[in-house]
Amino acid sequence: MTGLGEIEYTAIRELRGPLAVVEGVAGVGWDEFVRITLDSGEQRHGLVLEVDRGLAVVQVLEDTAGMDPARVRMAFAGEPLRVPVGSGWLGRVCNGRGEPIDGGPPVFGSATAAVGGNPINPVRREPPAEPVLTGVGVVDALTTLVRGQKLPVFSVAGLPHLELAAQVAAQSTAAGEAFSVVFAGMGLTHADASFVRDALEERSAAGELVLLLNTADDPVIERILTPRIALTVAEHLAFGSGRHVLVVMTDMTSYAEALREVSAARGEIPARRAYPGYLYSDLASLYERCGRIRGRPGSVTVLPVLTMPAGDITHPVPDLTGYITEGQIVLSRETHAQGVYPPVDALSSLSRLMRKGAGPGRTRPDHLDVAAQMLAALARARQVRELADLVGQAALSPADHRYLDFDEAFLRRFVHQRLDELRTLDETLDSAWQVLLTLPRSQLAMLPSALLDAHGAERG
Amino acid sequence: MGTVKSAPGAAIVTPDGGPERPCRVLRVAGPLVEMEYAAGTAMYDVVSLGEAGLPGEVVAIKGGVVTVQAYEYTGGLAPGHSARPLGMPLAARLGPGLLGGIFDGLLRPLSGSGDWLLPGAGATGDAERRWRFTPRVTAGEPVSEGEVLGEIRGTGPVCLRALVPPGAGGAVERIAPEEEHHEDAVVAVVGGTQVRMTADWPIRRPRPVRERLSAQQPLNTGQRAIDLLFPVARGSTVAVPGGFGTGKTMLLQQIAKWCDADVIVYVGCGERGNEMADVITELAALEDPRTGGRLADRTVTIANTSNMPMMAREASIYTGATVAEYFRDMGLDVVVIADSTSRWAEALREFASRTGALPAEEGYPAGLASAIAAFYERAGAVTTLGGARGSVTVIGAVSPPGGDMTEPVTAHTERFVRCLWTLDRDLAYARHYPAVSWAGSFSRDAQILAPGYTAAGDPALSARRARAAGLLAEADRLADLVDLIGITALPDQERVSVLAGRLMREGVLQQSALSAQDSYCGADKSAALVEAVLAVVDRCRELVDAGVPAAAVEEADFGPLLRAREDAGPNDAAGVATRRDAMLAALAGLQEAA
Ligand SMILES: Nc1ncnc2c1ncn2[C@@H]1O[C@H](COP(=O)(O)OP(=O)(O)OP(=O)(O)O)[C@@H](O)[C@H]1O
Ligand SMILES: Nc1ncnc2c1ncn2[C@@H]1O[C@H](COP(=O)(O)OP(=O)(O)OP(=O)(O)O)[C@@H](O)[C@H]1O
Ligand SMILES: [Mg+2]
Repeated sequence: MTGLGEIEYTAIRELRGPLAVVEGVAGVGWDEFVRITLDSGEQRHGLVLEVDRGLAVVQVLEDTAGMDPARVRMAFAGEPLRVPVGSGWLGRVCNGRGEPIDGGPPVFGSATAAVGGNPINPVRREPPAEPVLTGVGVVDALTTLVRGQKLPVFSVAGLPHLELAAQVAAQSTAAGEAFSVVFAGMGLTHADASFVRDALEERSAAGELVLLLNTADDPVIERILTPRIALTVAEHLAFGSGRHVLVVMTDMTSYAEALREVSAARGEIPARRAYPGYLYSDLASLYERCGRIRGRPGSVTVLPVLTMPAGDITHPVPDLTGYITEGQIVLSRETHAQGVYPPVDALSSLSRLMRKGAGPGRTRPDHLDVAAQMLAALARARQVRELADLVGQAALSPADHRYLDFDEAFLRRFVHQRLDELRTLDETLDSAWQVLLTLPRSQLAMLPSALLDAHGAERG
Repeated sequence: MGTVKSAPGAAIVTPDGGPERPCRVLRVAGPLVEMEYAAGTAMYDVVSLGEAGLPGEVVAIKGGVVTVQAYEYTGGLAPGHSARPLGMPLAARLGPGLLGGIFDGLLRPLSGSGDWLLPGAGATGDAERRWRFTPRVTAGEPVSEGEVLGEIRGTGPVCLRALVPPGAGGAVERIAPEEEHHEDAVVAVVGGTQVRMTADWPIRRPRPVRERLSAQQPLNTGQRAIDLLFPVARGSTVAVPGGFGTGKTMLLQQIAKWCDADVIVYVGCGERGNEMADVITELAALEDPRTGGRLADRTVTIANTSNMPMMAREASIYTGATVAEYFRDMGLDVVVIADSTSRWAEALREFASRTGALPAEEGYPAGLASAIAAFYERAGAVTTLGGARGSVTVIGAVSPPGGDMTEPVTAHTERFVRCLWTLDRDLAYARHYPAVSWAGSFSRDAQILAPGYTAAGDPALSARRARAAGLLAEADRLADLVDLIGITALPDQERVSVLAGRLMREGVLQQSALSAQDSYCGADKSAALVEAVLAVVDRCRELVDAGVPAAAVEEADFGPLLRAREDAGPNDAAGVATRRDAMLAALAGLQEAA
């Protein structure tokens, strides 16, 4: 990591929450990386949040617990935190600061890069246009993930979003081109962390995975670093060596909480629900690192996973995420209660880039028509269900009953899939057809008649 | 150090003024920088910070300390580093090279930068560009400010003009011959003032005009929901509030592509990089239906995406307005599109909170309302200094947190704009695009524009608008009732009203941006579609009066009517009329059956 200056400062004036204030510094710049040495020999790390004349405010990633201001030394790096980059990360498991927890040596790279990254020049961006196939049917068919897209999963506590994230991380491919996954876990329980390690073991062994795990008992403030390291590593795997990289970041709500904690300690004026006013820009500085660049092979696709506190989609974390990302995959408690996995609420979910990344020449020529018809039929089925709740099933017309059957078939025969089941796109779309064909032809107006004939739609 | 690293074409140029010695930086907290005061430092002057010469702007001076808002990432900047006020305000470099170009929030060309934007690297313009200048005055002629000195042939079809700068005037002492000139070359000398094709203008100072006019001409957007229900005049102001995914960006991009203005200034303010890439690629590929040129050639794109330095977002709004005024002064109609003004307001809040300013509502500075008002005030239809007519129309997206329309940015913006196009989440979720809410939107221009329609040969437009709006409102009222008691409990005429609302929504208001035929809709086709729906509704009423059961009318196949918007070309009013007649004929069949 970043090299450090010779001078060590010992005049710690204040320790408060995750913050340390040092006096008498000279030449220390904003956003520099700091190494903190305790008398016990323990090393901690920090970032400069503010420099005011001779005072530097340092955010301590491992927290200030156990620090005695008289027994601490700080050295400033003269530059922001840098991490090694390159293929040395592949196959490794590290903590949220990028230190190995797999028993191996520290990660080496031929070069280093600042974890903050630099904004991609909008003029140099290539609009995303090819799919990442996840092998999860409902996602591939109805909310296709596109290379270079940022598509979050909105979930609620208790739903299998981690399972879905792990399945997508384990199965995703990019039409045979070099593909890697960077999985950043923040605030995971130990059980969850080991579930992720197991689920992704094969991918890791194949040298296609970088795993960064910050567990619930790891320092909270470290989570501010975890997604930044993940994205820095991903950018170099993608734009440096031409891989398609999927970055899974879970749980972004835990990340935002770490941000809130630092903000509160600094006494900043809070915005909604006490999150800092810059939460939008901060999240954007992460999510916007995805994309493709003209003339360079490779892409960075970002799949953030977040739990909506109390299921509230207007909570600042999902709300601001929705304002930044290109669509959303929403998980639903009701579907989960029916025993369906993955419990995706297809009607509330949307991939805004799908029309660019799916269809003729991208996935399959009938894909977009099938998806549009499926959603239209689902919308109608939902209306029928509401009506049935109101007037009773008996009062429904025969056509309405067909929609109830369709809805059932959609959930059981199309959405539902095993945790370890990889569906090819053809399998997915073929099963979409089977489910659609439970409806009479007259209800399938969005599908061209040639296709209906080819699939043997019932007449009438 | 000395000068700011940036070549011609960038917003910041080599200074002549400012203090002699560099001052020292005292404090750095992200975009907030404090430095020592030295005589010669004025409010809103540009400051060059540190070795890298990062640009910043003076926003407060107090007790020997100058507060600067930095426009780039300040990592590594430390107390003790040098900071040099340049003795001039933040200015935009205005010239013929703007059209078709893509710039950052300070109007530095992005096309000159690499794949990543590095702090302090500044973007350099193509200083070698040359433009053909054709004089329109002769030496010795007296001219006054704002008058045309000559024409400049830009990259596209828009005719640009070199004007006598504000404040100048007198006899033309020298005028360049017709030929290609370097963009910094002096093309005329007027009353001792040198006039170049390219000149700087401070972004926070509105360019002067002779007179502000009341807006009277409609801006045709090609979007039926707008042109029919909530029209906007040239020189007016519009806000487009809507939660995420309700279609703000799509609607604004549609307007950028299809509205009948001369020049579009598209400001991507704190939004997505992929969307900017998309806009840029699409505009370059699309043909302007009016001129046959590329749409990109009438567009200036200012891209300050959400991950680019936050404070440049604050500047980008003013930069956009300044660019618009520059073209307006040539007698052109300009539209400024800002997506999203909420991100700009957040930048204001962020900086205010770092300076420790006393927060007002939701932490926004107390000056928020006046800042919003001042921005929208830069719109207007005017007589320019030179006597031409020009206009700047401002359209700003608003992104209310949690979709809460009572939050400060939305609430204040509503007060200052003439039109409000509220995008409704329920409509968007039902895939009704554009999701313009007919109940929650308004246009204060509709009244003013009415006499203009008569002049333009469509006197019935206001009446159609009133009928369409009435029909939608009635259908909404009945929809609430239907939820309670069911459709079958309504009297037959009211059931036709419910049907009428549906036909109006699906047959007229819905308009997919992705449609091949219907992405843009001409005024005639729009009128024909409304007339068609109204005629069909009238026929349905007659049928019900004549004893045909409402249920039979509801079950008729309205497909031909509803598909007319997709099937007929963008200006094919006759095609719509044919489909209307087919529909009416089909309905006549119902009566015979009864
Ligand atoms: N006029 C339209 N025609 C067709 N589709 C549309 C239209 N408007 C919106 N959509 C659909 O809705 C999606 C979201 O639209 P858009 O990106 O404009 O939303 P937004 O309000 O700008 O959201 P955000 O606040 O997150 O930027 C689009 O990707 C598209 O699928
Ligand atoms: N700095 C800030 N940035 C953004 N939002 C803020 C900020 N400060 C407060 N808010 C939010 O604004 C809302 C109202 O703010 P505030 O508490 O200042 O209102 P108030 O004027 O005191 O209202 P009341 O009369 O209800 O007490 C709350 O949602 C609060 O969380
Ligand atoms: Mg948008």
